[in-house]
Amino acid sequence: MPVQPGEVIDRSDIRRFAWNGRHVSGFGGDTVASALAASGVSVFSRSFKYHRPRGILTADHHDPNLFVQVGDEPNVRAGHRLVEEAMVVEAQNAWPSLRFDLRSANRLVGRFLTPGFYYKTFMGPRPLRPLYQRVLRRFGAGGTVGDGATQVHSQKRYAHPDVLVAGGGPAGMAAAIAAAATGARVLLVEENHQLGGHLRYAGDATLGLVAELRDVVAATDNIEVLTDAVVAGRYDHNWVAIVHRDGAREQLIKARVKCLVVAAGTIERPFVFEGNDLPGVMLSGAALRLTNLWAVAPGSRAVVVTANESGDSVVERLERSGVAVAEVVDLRTTGRRLVRARGRQRVEEVEVAGGRRIEADLLVTAVGWTTATSLLNMAGDRPIYHPPAARFLPGSLPDDVMATGGIVGDGSPDQIIAHGRAVGTEAGRRALRRASQLAQLTPRALAPSPAPAGEAAAIPRLEPADHPEIFAGPTDGFVDFSEDIRGKDLALAAAEGYDSIELSKRYTTATMGPIQGKLEAVNAIAIHAAATGATIAGTGTTTWRPPYAPVTLGALAGGDDDPVRRSPIHDWHVEHGATPLLAGQWIRPDHYGDPSAEVRNTRSNVGIVDVSPLGKIDLRGADVSKLLEFVLINRWSELAIGRVRYGAMCAEDGVVLDDGITARLAEDRYYMTTTSSGAGRVWNWLDEWLQTFFPRWDVRMTAVTDGYAAINVAGPASRRLLERLVEGVDLARDAFGYMHARPGTVAGVADCILLRIGFTGELSFELHVPAGFGLHVWKSLLDAGADLGVAPFGIEAQRIMRLEKGHLIVGQDTDGLTKAHAAALGWAVKTDKPDFAGRPELVWEGESGPERMLVAVQPADPQLVPPEAGQIVDGARIVGRITSSRMSPTLKRGVCLALVDAELARPGTSLAIRLPDGSNAVARVMEHHAHFDPEGERLRG
Amino acid sequence: MLLIHCPHCGPRNADEFSFGGELVPRPGPDSEPESWRDYLYTKENLAGWEREQWFHLSGCRRFLEVERHTITNEIHSVRDVTKGTA
Repeated sequence: MPVQPGEVIDRSDIRRFAWNGRHVSGFGGDTVASALAASGVSVFSRSFKYHRPRGILTADHHDPNLFVQVGDEPNVRAGHRLVEEAMVVEAQNAWPSLRFDLRSANRLVGRFLTPGFYYKTFMGPRPLRPLYQRVLRRFGAGGTVGDGATQVHSQKRYAHPDVLVAGGGPAGMAAAIAAAATGARVLLVEENHQLGGHLRYAGDATLGLVAELRDVVAATDNIEVLTDAVVAGRYDHNWVAIVHRDGAREQLIKARVKCLVVAAGTIERPFVFEGNDLPGVMLSGAALRLTNLWAVAPGSRAVVVTANESGDSVVERLERSGVAVAEVVDLRTTGRRLVRARGRQRVEEVEVAGGRRIEADLLVTAVGWTTATSLLNMAGDRPIYHPPAARFLPGSLPDDVMATGGIVGDGSPDQIIAHGRAVGTEAGRRALRRASQLAQLTPRALAPSPAPAGEAAAIPRLEPADHPEIFAGPTDGFVDFSEDIRGKDLALAAAEGYDSIELSKRYTTATMGPIQGKLEAVNAIAIHAAATGATIAGTGTTTWRPPYAPVTLGALAGGDDDPVRRSPIHDWHVEHGATPLLAGQWIRPDHYGDPSAEVRNTRSNVGIVDVSPLGKIDLRGADVSKLLEFVLINRWSELAIGRVRYGAMCAEDGVVLDDGITARLAEDRYYMTTTSSGAGRVWNWLDEWLQTFFPRWDVRMTAVTDGYAAINVAGPASRRLLERLVEGVDLARDAFGYMHARPGTVAGVADCILLRIGFTGELSFELHVPAGFGLHVWKSLLDAGADLGVAPFGIEAQRIMRLEKGHLIVGQDTDGLTKAHAAALGWAVKTDKPDFAGRPELVWEGESGPERMLVAVQPADPQLVPPEAGQIVDGARIVGRITSSRMSPTLKRGVCLALVDAELARPGTSLAIRLPDGSNAVARVMEHHAHFDPEGERLRG
Repeated sequence: MLLIHCPHCGPRNADEFSFGGELVPRPGPDSEPESWRDYLYTKENLAGWEREQWFHLSGCRRFLEVERHTITNEIHSVRDVTKGTA
């Protein structure tokens, strides 16, 4: 076609691409569909169930028939995606080819593919179900994610507009301009590639008006425009999700909006009649878009079925484009009826009332509009069906949501713009009032400015124009093009007793395809209403939920920006070949090559391990001991200065939360360590008690996990090593005994904390040093102890040694049901304390005895290491599980901890452990948790 | 996402907070098992205005008492739990 006044194509920009292996071309600004239509393509896809040929229906994002594969990207919407040079486009759901699809034989058995067909047919016999699945999957619709599919990460964006306008048609643009004039910051979101809405293609007369509005929008600094973007959902307190597209890449924008203006307009409804899905049958909007935007003639000889101005303008437009209009069927005139369309690959003939047949390759229908009310529904509105206009209209909206444009009513472009302007002014006023309220709620040094004065803007009425209620013709056709649902399927569902529209939807799957009811919902409601003898208003709609438009998983996932935490010694570990271990957010050295050798060296010489991720809490004040007494299950009141005690913490249901040691460094100063993973949890837990229960207590708490690097120096030579580096602390056995703490200077670093504790079971000193000196102290230890055989060990060696010693790890050897007695911490529970967190539960657990018990277990076969989480069985009954297991380099045999039913906890009990190969291994419950040195002579050494 | 107006930090997204559920008074340490179980596990699950605890974890780290309507998600008042007790 010659150049059109409103066309959006750049004829100097020719783009070549492939369609099913064929070379075709289009212009910059063409969608894949418009370029293919210009190249004479009329069949774009095969339908979901019956594999019927399908062509352009709406020629926009919501066209159910235009899903194509582009390269490795499936389900691309050809009515919306712009053509690019060298794009490779293929049809989906067609085999072996689009023109000749073998599976269209489904059409011949179509009368068996009734609603519920899959439920009714493929249920039994059960062993055949995998076969059904394989076969049905081949028949299903949808493209394929290619092997070369690129993973697209795009960071999410957060926006804080005062006013968000959803829809960039004339009303939306006018609202944005007016809102901006009040001083509000405006975000204008338009789904298509240009602003303008239906005025882009409604006729030449209004093109100047659109250009004017666009110019003002562009010249207004406080309006940000997003085209090719869609408001996907509205959530609580006007939290709004926007999907901003750019080809295959999508970005999710999350916006907190002070006032949301919905100017989403209307969507044209298809007409239900026999043959309504033949290629060449399209809606008036599609014909107008193809001719005006992309200068494509949609056919050569047309029949136009019209009930409104849009249809009337198509007649005029087609004639002007050189398309012969063979017949106009005006449904507003009594007696004029369309009966059916016939054809094989495309419309060939149209039958109208009286049996008259008209030869045509194009059938355009204009039978009514559906208001795009999704966002209003998400804001809690229940739109009301208005029979004189044959569409749903907004009900009552919350204060922070407004509507304008076709969603509200009809009018001349000037009336619509005037309505948009008034709504925009009021939206701006409400947004600024809200901004002032929010500022009042924010504590500030200076008082915020008062709310803007001014009356609510008067909003003119926008009356919906009368429109006949036309949904289905005298013959039956497709209601839901995505799911291949016909009117008779909905009637059958109603006859089978699915008399609510919500049930009918789920049973027939109507409105559940990719178009999600935008085109088909109201037709489905009308047909369901007719079948059940109800009115449309009485039938109501199904519930619109987010998202309004599809969102790719990549956009939802966003970028990969989880924080990673590293100890101050991290780089040294990397340089010395440590295998990294991701533990929560921390990267830790798992081992430096041979964890068994690290264990042997530590047990015979001295080893050092980086335990910086340990949670560390500094507690000061007169009431710290009262806090400890309350949150820990054991006794804390008489802890002497310079002493360290192990403590376990339970939740109010008695379940073990965390454990660690706490040292009393001075009269009112304590230092608590937690597990690495429990650091945040414990901090919050202490804060909760202090704030909600003991607000008058004098306790000042500081989380200092990152403030100290921590190094455990373990092994028989650890004291000799530290004597070379520590100043001001007598390290002798009698002067600095087991479970004591001392402040001191290490390798010249003052303000260190030395703790004599022994997770590994060896004589050991844990050094907590100011974090900036962690690496210095680490290197100093290695330098000073070369002759003593000092070597680093990793987390794996530490885990082996603690298991040899039988020390539990909360969360590994306990689970979300393990209370203190079951965790073998009954010795620590001091029920004579008047109150502590979890006390009643632990009293009851103590009285009735725990249901399960943590015990040490050794397999009879010393070479066997049963896998962690391996079941302990008694015949067919599961009676416990292995919680930790390792090969002990010290004992040269497998050692375990296990949670077992209480009656199996007695030492010497024989257990059966189920192995992965299905066999059982014999194991024995040990007398002590410690497999090695149960008397603890080494750590007291 | 809810917008919660923290009395210390101003209006903030709910994902800065950790939800503590409806406020249930803690029974005494020697209470009957029934009242302790109620405290731990039984909630009113009101359809209407509810007093609940939120912790401003990624903000001021204060525990807050929030009055929220469980149907409409309107938030009526937000105050620091220790206000009035200090």
